[in-house]
Amino acid sequence: MSMPFYVAPEQQMKDRSDFARKGISRGRAVVVLRYRDGICFVAENRSLALHKISEIYDRIGFAAVGRYNEFEQLRIAGIQQADMRGYAYDRSDVTGRMLANAYAQLLGSSFSNGTEKPFEVELVVAELGDAPAGDQIYRLTYDGSVADEENFAAMGGATELIADVVRRGIDPTAPLADAVRLAVRALGADTSPSGPRTLGPETLEVAVLDRVRPRPRKFRRLTRAQLAEVLNA
Amino acid sequence: MTDDLASSFFGLLSRTAPELLPAHRLSQGVPTGPAEQLSPHGTTIVAATFPHGVVMAGDRRATMGNYIAQRDIQKVYASDEFSLVGIAGAAGLAVEMVRLFRVELEHYEKIEGAPLSLDGKANRLAALIRSNLAMAMQGLAVLPLFAGWDLAGGLGRIFSYDATGGRYEETAFHSVGSGSIFARGSLKKIYRPDLDLHGCATAVVQALVDAADDDSATGGPDLMRKIYPIIMVAGPDGVHQLSDQEMTAITDEVIAGRRERPDGPAAPLV
Repeated sequence: MSMPFYVAPEQQMKDRSDFARKGISRGRAVVVLRYRDGICFVAENRSLALHKISEIYDRIGFAAVGRYNEFEQLRIAGIQQADMRGYAYDRSDVTGRMLANAYAQLLGSSFSNGTEKPFEVELVVAELGDAPAGDQIYRLTYDGSVADEENFAAMGGATELIADVVRRGIDPTAPLADAVRLAVRALGADTSPSGPRTLGPETLEVAVLDRVRPRPRKFRRLTRAQLAEVLNA
Repeated sequence: MTDDLASSFFGLLSRTAPELLPAHRLSQGVPTGPAEQLSPHGTTIVAATFPHGVVMAGDRRATMGNYIAQRDIQKVYASDEFSLVGIAGAAGLAVEMVRLFRVELEHYEKIEGAPLSLDGKANRLAALIRSNLAMAMQGLAVLPLFAGWDLAGGLGRIFSYDATGGRYEETAFHSVGSGSIFARGSLKKIYRPDLDLHGCATAVVQALVDAADDDSATGGPDLMRKIYPIIMVAGPDGVHQLSDQEMTAITDEVIAGRRERPDGPAAPLV
């Protein structure tokens, strides 16, 4: 009969963290930031079909980095929960906080459950308020911890550098074009030996929760043509 | 693949919370028998296409037997950003079904990242109606009219249904509900395929006024309370509702014409 090796719980958690972090940092980054009329999501993503940014509900958006199949599964679970709740109660009863809590439970229990592989993802759940003061950006990490970010969140590889650029330039009262350009500049500032990169519209996925959109669903994607216009202005 | 309809909200509800389905809630443990008197009835819905879209109009009356249950009910809804649904029949179930249908379309669009085709939407509505068959057998049928802008084909289209979920595409115009016979007769005489939005909206108001003229369950424009029919339009730019000012203008025009000729505009004999 063989005895399993003893692994200290601290070591076990650390190993699992390292594993998840390594997976996440391989991917391209995402920046979520507030602007004058709402919340803007900017991701480095060359694919037009495989999204990192998505609509969850009327005023709730979702962005993720890490393993595609895992965050896709979480995205669908979020949409299901939001739609189910909005149908059973009322559309106004679906909140970002509730979704962030549900995700935190799921990520946390998977992280501490020794028999499962932890999720290699990081998420942002952002909710648009009726007024700018009500805007919320929740950032969730692989272990289920939630941070209520003030004006922006950056996640993925090399986030320190990216967050630094955004922190210095952020202005929640600036128009959309300024916010997009700041995020794109930040995403290009990650560590590459040849210095900062310039990202073009064909390498980006951008969407907004737009407070001035006249329909109840505030989520809107920017097409590549619209994006080119914003970047070249 | 574990589930063929993983993007369907109706499917999700059936699997995880069937007690929330409109028909399920009522069909459990309810004695069978006529139930028409339990819920008010919505009456007449009219839809007509024009070159740049499709309009749908509904009168504002709901009845329970011979009494008027509501004067300002809304029976025409945007089911998503390019389609419309109007309800006739048991109002309680119909409103719930429209709510479910709207979530169904939005759920699919969010999960798949692209909206359903117009035919796909029409088929999903058929499935929802079919699930209500047990209720329809007790007199609580829900008979919607569905219309929308077909982005692929670049035209407005109209679909009607029967209580078993049968789906029928209509050409040019159609009407459902208690006053539909009169509304359809009216549209036959005044509808032309080359009408613009204003013309098409006027034609459907004429049809509703004709329906209200001969069907006691259809409400005409309520001039005293300023309650006018609801008209919604689906076109290449999406769905919108005609404003109160637009509706007032169209209704005033129609009523003024009827003061001269109470039966409405005359069509040429040959």
